[in-house]
Amino acid sequence: MEILFILIPIAIILLGFAIWAFFWSVNTGQYDDLDSPAHSILFDDDDDLIPDDAKQGKAPPPRD
Amino acid sequence: MSSSLNNQHSFVKCFHCGQDVPKGVQFFANIKDTAQPMCCPGCKAVAETIVSSGLEHYYKYRQGDSMFTPDLSGTELPSTIQDELKLYDNASIQQNFVVTLENDIKEATLVIEGITCAACVWLLEHHLVKQTGIEQASINLTNHRARIRWHDSEITLSSIMAAIYHIGYQGHPYHPDKEEQLLELEKKRAFRRLGLAGLGMMQIMMMSIALYAGALQGIEDKFETFIRWTSLLIATPVLLYSARPFFTAALRDIKARHLSMDVPVSIAIGGAYLASAWATYTQSGEVYFDSVTMFTFFLLIGRYLEMQARHRTGRAGNALLNLIPASAIKLTDGQEILIPASDLSIDDVVLVKPGHTIPADGIIVAGYSSVDESALTGEYLPINKKVNDHVVGGTINVENPLQLKITEVGAGTKLSAIVRLLDRAQEEKPAVAKIADQVASYFVAAVLCTAVIVSLIWWNIDPQNAFWITLSVLVVTCPCALSLATPTALTAATGTLRQHGLLITRGHVLESLATATHIVFDKTGTLTEGNLSLKSTHLCSSTDAQTVLEIAAALEAHSEHPIAKAFRKYQLQTAESLNAELGQGLEGSVEGIVYRIGKPEFASALCQQQLTYQDAPDQNGQWLLLCNAETPLAWFCLNDQIRKGTQQTLAILRRLGLNIQMLTGDNSAAVQEVADELNIDQVIANTSPKDKLAYIQKLQKQGAKVVMIGDGINDIPVLAGAQTSIAMGSATDLAKTNADAVLIGSDIERLTDAILLSRKTRFIIRQNLSWALLYNLIALPLAAMGFIAPYMAAIGMSVSSLIVVGNALRLTKLVRRNPVK
Repeated sequence: MEILFILIPIAIILLGFAIWAFFWSVNTGQYDDLDSPAHSILFDDDDDLIPDDAKQGKAPPPRD
Repeated sequence: MSSSLNNQHSFVKCFHCGQDVPKGVQFFANIKDTAQPMCCPGCKAVAETIVSSGLEHYYKYRQGDSMFTPDLSGTELPSTIQDELKLYDNASIQQNFVVTLENDIKEATLVIEGITCAACVWLLEHHLVKQTGIEQASINLTNHRARIRWHDSEITLSSIMAAIYHIGYQGHPYHPDKEEQLLELEKKRAFRRLGLAGLGMMQIMMMSIALYAGALQGIEDKFETFIRWTSLLIATPVLLYSARPFFTAALRDIKARHLSMDVPVSIAIGGAYLASAWATYTQSGEVYFDSVTMFTFFLLIGRYLEMQARHRTGRAGNALLNLIPASAIKLTDGQEILIPASDLSIDDVVLVKPGHTIPADGIIVAGYSSVDESALTGEYLPINKKVNDHVVGGTINVENPLQLKITEVGAGTKLSAIVRLLDRAQEEKPAVAKIADQVASYFVAAVLCTAVIVSLIWWNIDPQNAFWITLSVLVVTCPCALSLATPTALTAATGTLRQHGLLITRGHVLESLATATHIVFDKTGTLTEGNLSLKSTHLCSSTDAQTVLEIAAALEAHSEHPIAKAFRKYQLQTAESLNAELGQGLEGSVEGIVYRIGKPEFASALCQQQLTYQDAPDQNGQWLLLCNAETPLAWFCLNDQIRKGTQQTLAILRRLGLNIQMLTGDNSAAVQEVADELNIDQVIANTSPKDKLAYIQKLQKQGAKVVMIGDGINDIPVLAGAQTSIAMGSATDLAKTNADAVLIGSDIERLTDAILLSRKTRFIIRQNLSWALLYNLIALPLAAMGFIAPYMAAIGMSVSSLIVVGNALRLTKLVRRNPVK
């Protein structure tokens, strides 16, 4: 079980890294807006990304 | 024709803002090839702007309707708004909130009014980036702030603001004051503390499992010592950084000779840490690092959530609307000079244009007009003023230019008198006893006494173990569950209420709402909407409703009178050769035909008839008559409407055993009308802000627990003086900051939810406290007898804490309200 003398210090170093990462993310404002990024990924502007010649047929844009 | 249209349209909602489309109005906007109904030209213009910039996806993704309808007709902004926005191009105003990054690129933070969901953010960002000259625009959904970066040579700040206005939002410069910056820092610090405690707790718990196992089945000494030292290493930053607020608060409380929850918390955390460190160093006794970190983490969660609820006040965005200093036009030798209102002195003569705020108390020396005093008195119709009448600073001149001689400035004005009243009211506010604080001081005293007694007894029996047993008494009784009992329940309830539209900004609200006996409402703006709106149109000729409304709107187009605002949304054109008769009505020509609108006597004189209010279709509300030279055309009924659901809400509140009263500064007939409609028997009308405060204080002296709900400047002292105060979401900023809670969206039905949930919260807090005390009563004798090992202390503490938290989570659902039959 002597391996513990290496594994535990490694765990502590990783912990130190996690704490540093957490402090960095708080200080740079990563937690300031927790609401909009979750939604904004859904608002993709895929209409513009599909090239005109790749669109199927000339169907009118879908209605909702 | 018009009647069939009316029926058809009475159920249609505006596609953009969701409001009912008024009878007989037809506006449509093409959205995705479908003509959608619009309630007014403003909404139509916004919808068309959105569609023409290719952002119609907004309508697909949005949740809820737009909150704000701009004052728009067509594509041009009204000149008053344009002038106002132009002010933002002024370098001296910009220097407060605009940063120049490179020689041409500028950046500013704006607070955007009207954001309701993520789709709004998407719409604003895309619309802004499409403007030439804007380099970057990012908007934060949580605090509604937009950071915009632009090339100053290509676009001006006022055109950016105008672009925001065009799609139905309003931008205000954001300039955080010192206090707000500090809050921001405090929030980040608290979050870092929480994160560090959480990470430390997980790591230490992992190693403690090894120690627990070792205690049960044996462990080699070298491993035990090593694990203890590493635990100490991790626990130290948690104690020094994360647990720091407890120590500072405890120190402060001890200095103030007051036993609060922080004292036993600090003793337990500090004592357990020091003893464990000593045990590690001397390789003896027990270590409690797991309890120390877990305890810190649990408590910090409670505190963090509590703080977040407190910080979410409406003021963050609103404090800045006053950035442009109030100005006044001073007349010296016939010359108009613009000066800051604070530079005025007594006997100065100032010019107040229609629509502007009167800068200080004064007496009219020239001109006649009507003045909107609703902020001071609650009376929603403007009051006619002529030469030698007094006017009050802070009220709004409505119709014509006025020349005033200033009689009072600064601290002498009526407005500052109200603010002074506010300070006094806050001092005299009855304190709300907090259950947790009372329990805490007894508990702390009891624990400390027991610990002393236990250590003395064990000192005589077994001096070697006395220290460790005393310590285990302190750790086991460590009031984790007790100190979590109240904050978790309050936080859960606060969060639930916030989601449902009641923002609580002071900690005592839930406790004081639960014990409330009286609810006192203000009238204008609280029970009623606070502005005139068109209730019905009654046609007297063959002209259809649409045309009649357009004519009325054209006549009222230039008036600032509240009556005119009710017609504003129908406005497509403006009348010519307009002539206003003070207190009577307006005369003007639309497309070459002369019309009059106003009091029936005045309007009907144009067509040589004598109609009076008796001829109106009914006697409720305020009727206006529109005539041309031949015949009366239509009656319009305007009314300050009672808010939706008010009647139902009051009925439920009454059934909950609350005494409902109305306290208003208004003394018009409308008071009785509202009282009758809502079945309120106790009505106190015609009260000044001072009377209102005195009335509430009298009630409170008689033992009543009063909840005051109001919105205007005249309500501020009474809001500050009542045990619990709630401001409407549409209230003035000063009222909102002085209230204990804000009804966002001004939805009065939420009051019932708040009362019900606060009662349940009180019940759950009591349950939690009883459980925590019971746990301590069982654990204490066991610890005193020396039966508790560290792992048992840790398990007992976390289980009792989890039970308390789980119980509090029952508050995340609203209590069902049973409708009154």
